[in-house]
Amino acid sequence: MTAQRAVSRDASTGEGASPRQTGLRCFEMKGVYKSFGGVQVLQDVDFHLDRGEVVGLLGDNGAGKSTLIKIITGYHQPDRGELLFDGEPVSDLTVPRARELGVETVYQERALAEQQPLWRNIFVGRYISNRLGLMDVAEMRRITERLMTEEMGFTSAVLTPDTTVTGLSGGERQGLAIVRALHFEAEMIILDEPTMGLSLKETEKLLKFVDGIRAKGKSAIFIDHNFFHVYSVADRIVVLDRGMVAADFPKSQYTLNELMDIMREIASAGHFEPDRRKAEIPDAEANRVHGAAT
Amino acid sequence: MSAATTPTRPLSPHDRAQRSRLAEFTQQWAGQIGITFAFLVLWVWFLFLAPNTFGGDLIYKSFGQTIPYFGIIAMLLTMVIVAGDIDLSFPSIMALGMVGFVWVWEATDVVLLGVLTAIAVGAAAGLFNGLVITLVGLPSLVVTIGTQFLFRGLTLVLVGGKSYALAATRGDPARELLVGKPFGIPMEFWWFLGITILVWILLNRHRLGGNTYVIGDNVQTARLMGIPIRATRIILFILTGMAAALAGMMMSLQIVNFYPNLGSGLLLPALAAVFVGGTSVFGGRGSVYGTFLGALMIGAIPAGIVAAGLTDFWTQFIYGAIILIAISIHAILQRRFQR
Repeated sequence: MTAQRAVSRDASTGEGASPRQTGLRCFEMKGVYKSFGGVQVLQDVDFHLDRGEVVGLLGDNGAGKSTLIKIITGYHQPDRGELLFDGEPVSDLTVPRARELGVETVYQERALAEQQPLWRNIFVGRYISNRLGLMDVAEMRRITERLMTEEMGFTSAVLTPDTTVTGLSGGERQGLAIVRALHFEAEMIILDEPTMGLSLKETEKLLKFVDGIRAKGKSAIFIDHNFFHVYSVADRIVVLDRGMVAADFPKSQYTLNELMDIMREIASAGHFEPDRRKAEIPDAEANRVHGAAT
Repeated sequence: MSAATTPTRPLSPHDRAQRSRLAEFTQQWAGQIGITFAFLVLWVWFLFLAPNTFGGDLIYKSFGQTIPYFGIIAMLLTMVIVAGDIDLSFPSIMALGMVGFVWVWEATDVVLLGVLTAIAVGAAAGLFNGLVITLVGLPSLVVTIGTQFLFRGLTLVLVGGKSYALAATRGDPARELLVGKPFGIPMEFWWFLGITILVWILLNRHRLGGNTYVIGDNVQTARLMGIPIRATRIILFILTGMAAALAGMMMSLQIVNFYPNLGSGLLLPALAAVFVGGTSVFGGRGSVYGTFLGALMIGAIPAGIVAAGLTDFWTQFIYGAIILIAISIHAILQRRFQR
């Protein structure tokens, strides 16, 4: 599937150059508006994600973080604005379409069906099946078993692919959701409050995993209330405030202390001017590279 | 089971280490073992009370005819309930399908065409249920209470309240296919068995079933994972409508008469079979095997009571008691073994 997408992209750009290069924009959102029942949740939001990049998305409750990611995953459709995957505009994005495009989400609410066995949770919506729709349950169990031991580090003998989610700890559930994302070769993984309800050790493991995403040349959007976590893994930080992008800057520009000051300033003023200016330099560069490719 | 825990508290590694493989097995199959045990107890009890009746083969041949009438529908109903929905309109669909049967059969004199029409009418009624439920966004409980009256009313209006003699269908191969008795065993039973196997495959080995479980378990998850929720639910209502039409035809052809009140009285036995079998009323969990044994139990109770020498007045009382005991046992097993 990945290969197919690469081919179609090459065909449309008319160039043979490798599209998988780091630094290329894998996702972009331009001028997105979204409101629910008269409440403007997102307002003229520009957002982008480069290949191999981890973006930390910060913002208070109700700043629009969840809405933003639910638009990327096709769960909500924007009222206005444009979405581009690999530089190509995609209209009427749906959840299945987004998954086809390589978007995987580890949701705040974890998106697990609690009473169902682990294998069904791993393969939900993407069962291994033949043309008649008959599933190869043995194969799905086998893969789940392998993922459990190799990726999730579940060593307990009583956890089998047929165990239901009900008995898993918070960390194990998060692990399940993440492994699900990884198994399907996601190009961009969205982690929505992934550290919520995790123990210290589990959090550490999770942050290491996010580093792993970058190492594999995939991208991630990391959303968390705790900006210590965000700061430790993100390459770039985007701050949303009351539905607007208040700041967008590479992490390397600021220390953790400065970031805390910035957050405070945004909370009171609603925006942070110097960042915008600073951040525009790498942005413009990326745009130029991107423009050349298309 | 020292490690009995509430669903809210996950097991510690220590608890887990204490659980043996046997415990794991018991936990996974608790529901199935429970219903099998209940079934055997009931059967042995009837054998003990009425050895002459339950020791012979006559009563089982009779069961083979009567149980499928609601058992076949209970199978598809299991899937609907696993998806978190319910269908209360099927008794009326049984009759509405028969309207299609008698009209086409009388017009063409071909029984098979009548059979196909009835199935198509059942599918259309199910589609109507599914569309109203998913497009208007109403609870299936409310919608199918409404369509139960709507379909029954439509039946009465269309046939003007009169019943039809079906004696002329005797000897037709299509009729034999539905209610014949090859080797002395009623065809109804073979259909019931076949549909049971088919539904088991659909629910446990087919994408449709995989989606059904997730929708009934957590519709939010299903939406986030991009499952075709609407299509899945509509398909399940269509299949239930088709099963109802099939059962309605079997019943009518067996008694060679179609009366517009056909099917009334089957609502509760079918629902009882599903719930006695351990399918959760909240969705997300269900057992085809359980529904099968549940149907056998529910179907055997009236005859068992009479054969045991009690008056028929006891039937409803014992029905109620067995249903309550069965669902309580399921709830307790669920709490005890769920992790």
